Amino acid sequence: MTKSHRENAPITADRLTDELMRLKRGSVTRRHFLGVTGLGLATAVLARQPGLFNSTAFAEDLGTQMSIATWPNYHDPATFEAFKAATGVAVEVNVFGSNEEMLAKLQAGGTGWDLFVPTNYTISTYAKLGLIDELDLSKLPNYDPSTENPRFTNEGIIDGKTYAVPKNWGTTGIAVNSDKIKKPVTSWKDFFEVAITEADGRAMVHDYQLTTIGNALVSLGYSFNSIKPEELAKAEEVLLKVKPHLYAINSDYQPAMRATDAWMTMCWTNDGAQLNRDMPEIQFVLGKDGGEIWSDFYAIPKSAANKPAGYALLNYLMTPENAVKEHVANGAPTTDSRVLKLLPAEVTSNKIVYPDEAALTPLEFGAAVTLTDPGRAELMARFKAA
Amino acid sequence: MRAAMNTKRNLVTAALVAPAAAWLFVFLVLPFVAMLVFAFGERAPEGGYQAAFTFAQFANLPTRATAFWNTLLLAPAGALLCLVVAYPTAYHLAVKANPRYRLILVSLVVVPFWTSLLVRTYAWMYILGSRGIPNLLAMVGIEDVRLLNTPGAVLLGIVYGYLPLMIMPIYVSLEKLDRRLLEASADLGAKPVSTFFGVTLPLSLPGVMTGVALVTILLLGEYLIPQLLGGGKVFFIGNALVDLFLQSRNWPFGSAIAVTLVAVVVVVLMVAMRIAWRVAGTRQVDLV
Repeated sequence: MTKSHRENAPITADRLTDELMRLKRGSVTRRHFLGVTGLGLATAVLARQPGLFNSTAFAEDLGTQMSIATWPNYHDPATFEAFKAATGVAVEVNVFGSNEEMLAKLQAGGTGWDLFVPTNYTISTYAKLGLIDELDLSKLPNYDPSTENPRFTNEGIIDGKTYAVPKNWGTTGIAVNSDKIKKPVTSWKDFFEVAITEADGRAMVHDYQLTTIGNALVSLGYSFNSIKPEELAKAEEVLLKVKPHLYAINSDYQPAMRATDAWMTMCWTNDGAQLNRDMPEIQFVLGKDGGEIWSDFYAIPKSAANKPAGYALLNYLMTPENAVKEHVANGAPTTDSRVLKLLPAEVTSNKIVYPDEAALTPLEFGAAVTLTDPGRAELMARFKAA
Repeated sequence: MRAAMNTKRNLVTAALVAPAAAWLFVFLVLPFVAMLVFAFGERAPEGGYQAAFTFAQFANLPTRATAFWNTLLLAPAGALLCLVVAYPTAYHLAVKANPRYRLILVSLVVVPFWTSLLVRTYAWMYILGSRGIPNLLAMVGIEDVRLLNTPGAVLLGIVYGYLPLMIMPIYVSLEKLDRRLLEASADLGAKPVSTFFGVTLPLSLPGVMTGVALVTILLLGEYLIPQLLGGGKVFFIGNALVDLFLQSRNWPFGSAIAVTLVAVVVVVLMVAMRIAWRVAGTRQVDLV
């Protein structure tokens, strides 16, 4: 052993977070990060221990490259570095702002994705259109359906066949910079009012029909998932009224919120947790009038070029030890009780990440029909072009 | 004998033209035909295209009037703004600059082109964002200025991005300028200002026309700059098209808009070029 004692000593959670932030700020290299945290060594060791990292996928040739389609700020970059160190497969990450965009790419063909992250309400459509395959669970020994919370995971299973396995769940709420906005924002009704008054020119909505139209519907007292033409017409009025006052229509709102270019935005749990962690003045609230509760899944496109690597990464991400690190980094709540047990108390007690059940009651899961409804699709495109 | 030579010449011509013709056929003509067919079709239930024959997509065009209008307004406006900035630069490079440094100065105009427009536009996002210029303004007491995601930011990005394309043709036309004409003008008693407007400017008009046409045409299809510097709100027709194909998966409507855009561009440019060349032509005739 030539490694010094210091390098082999286990790292504390505080120090890990410190080092992670240093890595994120770019003040240390990835190599330094993996070395000092022991992640590099750990993954190198894990890779050689069949008992810990047992996967039939590894019997196959994984190649040297794969590609994943996911959402902004949704993974710990160290995860992919560690995966590469363990398997030699480099992961190319593509981020998207809406499920519709992912569907459009898959429908057009030639995406090259080996793994992607669709949301609950889209999976039945992907399966129906033949864009995803039933997963071969024998290649995912680290996935354990018995430890998953069925409330969040049932939409991955269609007619008893598992098409997708859960990544995490979350909510769509409102992130508000309380240094800039004094009026309390507690509902979507408030959101659209403050967006044209106190947050004039500083509010953001998603570039995403489900949440942008859905939350406008909720602000009017309608269902998040409505496809009734007269209700959609009312929602369009709300959106067209707010549009000239918006800072931007973009689902990657963290950069603008961090730079305080934007003061208020539609926000997913994980982004809310990340923003609040780094800038405590940014608060995350759930609409008391409603909004979205969701779960994201991992699925493998039928057209994937490197399925062995897709399965290998998926199995890697399903390992509770790895899932915990992802969870701590991105802040989205887990569906897996094995992961829940490993989480530090400050994460499980974080009300942004694990809100009280009462706050979740008014929220709705997205409905499959919103993905393909031509009325909602056209409304969103029209709103953006107006 | 002559017939044989003609055949040979035709074969050579065919061989020379074939690669470009094949390229244009596969990547321009065929896609355009596909687009035309799609434009009369219907959106499939889950998105995409399904065969039909309907004018519904064209009837829906007015819903994108704002995007068309923005494009038709901002593209020429951007080109003219480019021109205002580019002309003095090109004039200095071609006429005033020390010939010894001219090559270096011209390279300075071209070098930014070696970096992707995407990267350079991202840089502007940081310069115009709260931590950039507004931060500096806040230091001198001007608070909460918002520059990013405004029409002004889009115009700025356009001028910055397309400036070299305007400078180069004007520079070339000014550089070819026969200096003896300027001397003759001065000999005949014209002041420098009237020499510029009577001789230099008219003779550089072909370069100006080329630059304006080049930049306008490229701007009509612009997507990136309004997306990044306009926050997805200052909307060009290019952005509307991207949404229809990549979000709402309405290929027929997207095709109808694309076909209309091509038609509008062709008409606008034909009219504009005809007027422009007529003006340029008469001015040159006046001179002689």
